[in-house]
Amino acid sequence: MNPARYAREIPHRYRLEAAKCKKCGAVFFPHRLICLKCGHRQFETIKISEHGKLETFTVIHTPASDFKDQSPFALGICKFPEGVRITAQIVDIDLEKVRIGMKLQVEFRRIQTDGHAGILSYGYKFVPVI
Amino acid sequence: MRDVAIIGVGIQKWGELWEKSFRDIFVEAALNALDDAKIDKLDSMYIGCMSSGLFVGQEHVASVMADYLGQRHLAATRVESACASGGLALRCGLIEIASGMSDLVLAGGVEKMTDVSGDGATYALATAADQEYECYHGATFPGLYALMARAHMKKYGTTRDQLASVAVKNHDNGSLNPNAQYPFKVTLEGVKNSVMIAEPLRILDCSPITDGAAALILCPYERAREFTDKPVIKVTGSGHATDSIALHDRTSLTTLDGVKVAGQRALKMAGRKLDDIDLVEVHDCFTIAEIIVSESLGFFKPGQGGAACEAGETRIDGKIPINPSGGLKSKGHPVGATGIAQVVEIVHQLRGEAGKRQVKNARIGMAQNMGGSGGSSVVHIMEVE
Repeated sequence: MNPARYAREIPHRYRLEAAKCKKCGAVFFPHRLICLKCGHRQFETIKISEHGKLETFTVIHTPASDFKDQSPFALGICKFPEGVRITAQIVDIDLEKVRIGMKLQVEFRRIQTDGHAGILSYGYKFVPVI
Repeated sequence: MRDVAIIGVGIQKWGELWEKSFRDIFVEAALNALDDAKIDKLDSMYIGCMSSGLFVGQEHVASVMADYLGQRHLAATRVESACASGGLALRCGLIEIASGMSDLVLAGGVEKMTDVSGDGATYALATAADQEYECYHGATFPGLYALMARAHMKKYGTTRDQLASVAVKNHDNGSLNPNAQYPFKVTLEGVKNSVMIAEPLRILDCSPITDGAAALILCPYERAREFTDKPVIKVTGSGHATDSIALHDRTSLTTLDGVKVAGQRALKMAGRKLDDIDLVEVHDCFTIAEIIVSESLGFFKPGQGGAACEAGETRIDGKIPINPSGGLKSKGHPVGATGIAQVVEIVHQLRGEAGKRQVKNARIGMAQNMGGSGGSSVVHIMEVE
């Protein structure tokens, strides 16, 4: 992972920063330069809520090589009150107990180690609401 | 705008073609198409190819292929839209002839996928998903289609057996296709007990990794009779649309809106209704993909695609035959070539050359090609005079 490529996504990945259109209020994660709904180009930065609802999930048994050490793992799509959906791993839960419709919470976690000497990659994962 | 005809088709036996190179695979299919059209010179060429850079380390495909096809200096262009690259190459050729710029155009596609390991292929294919917001978190292509499958099962009650019935039907058809990579039948139980890839999808829900190429020769419709005495196939409709690259950004997780829009655009251009279509080749990269595509194109109501396949409505002798070639599932899925190979099958069917898998009275055929998890789609309609 190139450090500049990694660093420029930090506002989204570490702080869940999203862009809210100043004209129509549509929210985009990650940010965009032009609103998909109304074409406006000015946004305010907001933070996505920490609790979302699981809309679908899978358990991946044949992962990409970078994720082999974590296999099998659950991956899901959650919808948040701001209207955006986010894809992330679902962790700290028995894989048999993952259900569509369940409430999940976003937590800051390590995503992967980039080879033997690469930088550690961090970001968000979904965990059960305590 | 000029009408466009297909006067030649070329393909080869697909599979793990270890003894054949990237360039030889393409040139072999292209020569077969030139021979079928009985021509030896082209005005231009479009080559659908998704990721030769990652699969064989070779970009600049247009230069390699034009030269090795014996057409040095030919105006050749590589076209990329992930797994929809082939369909898009056809559309580019179509536009060039319709515009009057060229008369004889080859639209082809190629992918050499087995020179890398399974991990290497998984990585290359995943570049068609959102690198930063899907793959970064561990998404794979089977994983993304599994997310759609689970959502579809939850919303509509689509069953595990219905998913498996798509694979069974396509392998039944593919067992009649001598060019298919896996020309054998599979059973419902076999699919349901195969190795788990991404729940609920198992290995026999997935299209394979394939080396292969396919090619079409296009010319202005009014000139077709100069070259061929076979039935002339007219391309009457072409529709192309994109959608968000990330699955989670779609309006719905259980519909493919890019496919829907591309299909509507193709039908509008052809002046046809869905009822007019006699057969369709769809992009069944996974069993769930065929079900959702058949609904998004409008052949079945949302949620009814799985039940329709299970009931036999999409078999060669069914109400609307889907994937008589065996589909990506049995025929193989060399990603850049797939969209062209779908049209090769439609041409064989409309000419009445499809042998044991011939759809009776096939006059109008549709081909639907798709990139990524539905981020791009190309639909074509072909008719026999």
